[in-house]
Amino acid sequence: MNYWLGVATLTGIYMIAILGVSVLTGFTGLFSMGHAGFMAIGAYTSALVTKTFHVPILVGLICGMLAALLIGLLIGYPTLRLKGDYFVIATLGIGEVTKLIIENLPDLTGGARGMTDVPGGATFPMVLCFLIVTVWLLHNFIRSKHGRNCIAVREEELAAASIGTSVASYKLLAMGISCALCGISGALLAHYMHYLSPTMFSMIKSDELVMTVILGGCGSLTGTIIASMILVPLPEILRFGSVQEWRMVFYGLLVVLVIIFKPSGLMGTKELSISGIRSFFGHVKYKGKER
Amino acid sequence: MFFQQLINGLSIGSIYALMAVGYSLIYSLLNFTNFAHSITVTIGAFCAFFVLAGLVQNLFVGIIIAVLAAGGLAMLIELLGYRPLLKKKARRIYLLITGLGISTMCENLIIISFSSRFRVYPVNFSNKSIHLFGASIGQVDLIIFVVCIAALILVELFIHKSRFGLAIRGASFDLDATAIMGVNVQKLILIVFLIAGSLAGLAGALLGAKYTAFPTLGTSMTNKAFISSVFGGLGSIPGAVLGAILLGIGETMISSYVSSSMRDIFAYALLVIILFVRPAGLLGKHTEDKA
Repeated sequence: MNYWLGVATLTGIYMIAILGVSVLTGFTGLFSMGHAGFMAIGAYTSALVTKTFHVPILVGLICGMLAALLIGLLIGYPTLRLKGDYFVIATLGIGEVTKLIIENLPDLTGGARGMTDVPGGATFPMVLCFLIVTVWLLHNFIRSKHGRNCIAVREEELAAASIGTSVASYKLLAMGISCALCGISGALLAHYMHYLSPTMFSMIKSDELVMTVILGGCGSLTGTIIASMILVPLPEILRFGSVQEWRMVFYGLLVVLVIIFKPSGLMGTKELSISGIRSFFGHVKYKGKER
Repeated sequence: MFFQQLINGLSIGSIYALMAVGYSLIYSLLNFTNFAHSITVTIGAFCAFFVLAGLVQNLFVGIIIAVLAAGGLAMLIELLGYRPLLKKKARRIYLLITGLGISTMCENLIIISFSSRFRVYPVNFSNKSIHLFGASIGQVDLIIFVVCIAALILVELFIHKSRFGLAIRGASFDLDATAIMGVNVQKLILIVFLIAGSLAGLAGALLGAKYTAFPTLGTSMTNKAFISSVFGGLGSIPGAVLGAILLGIGETMISSYVSSSMRDIFAYALLVIILFVRPAGLLGKHTEDKA
């Protein structure tokens, strides 16, 4: 039981980061190759703050979130104004630079060997609370004017700009939200694992975050949630040899197939809601009667 | 000492140039970054290794076969992965994600089939060194430098003297207009992938000869090549070569005069700085023109 609770907690923690990437890639159409770097920033900031100042981990979480947010905005501000692949390149650079800096500051971060004795305290109920609040906030955000503007930027930048939407500031907003969520997720991970190492935040992790969003569906929160509920605990469910490698093969193949044959992903842009399910079944019943 | 490091830098820089030209060619034609490029490098290195270990003990034959195999693989990736998307006129972000999916899948398949062991070539360039101006220069480095420069000149001649080259140059200005002028664009794209893949295969085989062959060789090295093509200007072939040579020299100088752990930080810091200061790169066109 304890074991599965652990799996659920980790899934919840990663789901917060994946939801963050969903806002950026799924809803605003910006592709990032370095969001694990922002998780690392959140994780190490929170761990260092709680370790040095002995403050409650909630303070650490907030510090981690703010640090990731700040660095995200600093990177986003100049690069999001550029066209082309420059934003992708910048996120790739930041992700790797973060990892390299952590590896090269052994006195502060433990270097490549990792950081031990991180204060614990992130439990399943806590993660669940954070997750519910995140989903609720994002749900409201997506339906708000700002969320719809983000979607407009994804669909047709030029058209969005021509009706007076400030494309750059909405891209920056999405970047900020996604970085903050990745920061929280990283911080929760630090306080759950009691241990941090740079390999936890490699480029493969960044790719995984983006791929999960793509598979769930660009522009669907429920799609993202379902995809992460299936794909994150997958290696725990299927316990066979060299599972990590096979999982990445599976991810890669799935992503290529999905992009070619069903680019909208699992859920497309649809959201799952109770009334939606009811009307779907109602529809089925109605059809049955007709026959 | 300085002269010796300069030759070292030129040798590694010229290998980066081989890979960076592949990025630039594809970017100039299709306006997207080919993230599946890394896998062709790895295949080049492994192909050369298996030819040397199993078939013939001739480095020259090994490199030729590696070049052919990598070129073939790049064409296959274009046909299966990118062509369906290009036909559908999919957004460029989908091309990026497909490339990422392909590289993740293939890299892990290589790990599963060949294990992540490091493999030393059974036959190699002579490891003697020549004494020149009071410095001892490895013959390997000199040979690699000469081979790379020869390959780059060959590609340059092909692009500037042949009819295909004319079509490629035309297509890099405007793909659709080139199609209207009666050029078979699909075939042209395939040829560009063949050139990029062959150069990557050559780079892989040379990297394998200089260091060793291992499954993540491609990813770690093409990241550097990617940095150099951004540094020189995405889409500009002379820029890619210049950027790669400068990066190679910079890296060797940093690792010999400062510290070897600063080498990667230098490369990624260079990437972030160039994006902020001059995002179009050294010789790149303005971003508004190409994107």
